[in-house]
Amino acid sequence: MQDGVSICDLKIIRDGKTIIPNLTMQIEPGMIVGLLGPSGSGKTTILRSIVGVQAIAAGTITVLGYPAGSKELRTRIGYFTQSASIYTDLTCIENLRYFAQILGQSEISVQEVLELVDLTKNQKQLASSLSGGERARLALATALLGKPELLILDEPTVGLDPVLRRDLWNLFHRLADQGKTLLISSHVMDEADRCDSLFLLREGCALASGTPVDLKASANTEEMDEVFISLVEKT
Amino acid sequence: MSIRRIWGTARRILSQLRHDPRTIALMILAPCLLMTILKYVYQNQGQVFQHVAGSLLGVFPMLVMFLITSVGTLRERSSGTLERLLILPITKLEFILGYATAFGIAAFIQAVVVSSVALGPLGLKISGSQLMLIVVAIIDALLGMAIGIFVSSFAKTEFQAVQFLPAILFPQLLLSGLLAPRSSMPSILRVISDYLPLTYAVDATEKVIVGRGTLTHDFVLLAIFLLALLGAGALTLKRQTN
Repeated sequence: MQDGVSICDLKIIRDGKTIIPNLTMQIEPGMIVGLLGPSGSGKTTILRSIVGVQAIAAGTITVLGYPAGSKELRTRIGYFTQSASIYTDLTCIENLRYFAQILGQSEISVQEVLELVDLTKNQKQLASSLSGGERARLALATALLGKPELLILDEPTVGLDPVLRRDLWNLFHRLADQGKTLLISSHVMDEADRCDSLFLLREGCALASGTPVDLKASANTEEMDEVFISLVEKT
Repeated sequence: MSIRRIWGTARRILSQLRHDPRTIALMILAPCLLMTILKYVYQNQGQVFQHVAGSLLGVFPMLVMFLITSVGTLRERSSGTLERLLILPITKLEFILGYATAFGIAAFIQAVVVSSVALGPLGLKISGSQLMLIVVAIIDALLGMAIGIFVSSFAKTEFQAVQFLPAILFPQLLLSGLLAPRSSMPSILRVISDYLPLTYAVDATEKVIVGRGTLTHDFVLLAIFLLALLGAGALTLKRQTN
């Protein structure tokens, strides 16, 4: 498998504490894969290790055919961090222009991503004066620059209003239809239904994986929360 | 190495400054104010003013750029923008050169204004050229910037970063010959001062003021310090962390 992401026997230790004891997972290309789990379950750590910014203790991570963190991947992954890593003392458009310049992207692509996240009318606004949701969308826009094949999105829809959340999920599906791979973390179980496949995570271990429908069927319930609870109680 | 990415980074930093007019005003007006105060503090000791004010023209840019970069890069480290950048196709060297370009330009503007005020209305007399004074000020500013990037990796908070000013730069200031000639210091202190960059920054400024002595030796040493510190600064930028 050249595309997608494959993680094998991943172990991550931080400050002497084992965050991820042993994780193996396969992410197929062209899919929206949800990484679901409560806060502290290791979602961000796993995403960081795929992007290549997290030091790992053991195991292998192959991303689009290259080891995680390879030079070849630097234009091919879009990364959205929970804390919206943008320059708050710059305007929206200045933020995007800078990241576009680093990526070698044109002004047109800047306007494109602004439109995708619906920030065109805020483009001259300082990022510090944006609302939390707008900041998140600006950070998402920087992740979309250059049309990366793999999008790693760490809780991209937290705190957004329902209409916007629906719009963003529609955008994610359009991107997946174009063949992009999206790995999206969330602690909100009701976002699970919007993913093609899921990994349920707890304390750094994958409790289960599969399509939302299959997971619910196997737990005999309609609620993703119930699936999670029944899996935890089984172990 | 890509000029586009270096200049892009420099422009981004300058835009950040532009959105912060208070910092720009402080960067330029505070040294002018200090010069003016000095002038009247030493109004009956013209020689002392000549000596101190001249040397301070080289020290201000260093202090100011040190403060701005150490806090600025600390912010980049802690806000996640640095990590975000380093997963993109920008090299650490390009990042650092972007900072150097931006602060070189800022230092140029500061040096032009402050030296013009000092040489004009305040009546500071130098035997060397104003242009040379500005060149020395820019080198000093870049040195301050390089030290700032380097030490910011040892600070976890902005409080700590600011405290590095008295911890790292003030000892150099005391030993640089600005306050007392180095020849009158105990030999141990003089030897230590031989290895401190600020010594050569102050020495170069003094040479421009008196218009005697060659600057080559100072410039070569300052360049070595600058390259070493920029390299050390680049090493503190980590693509991967725990």
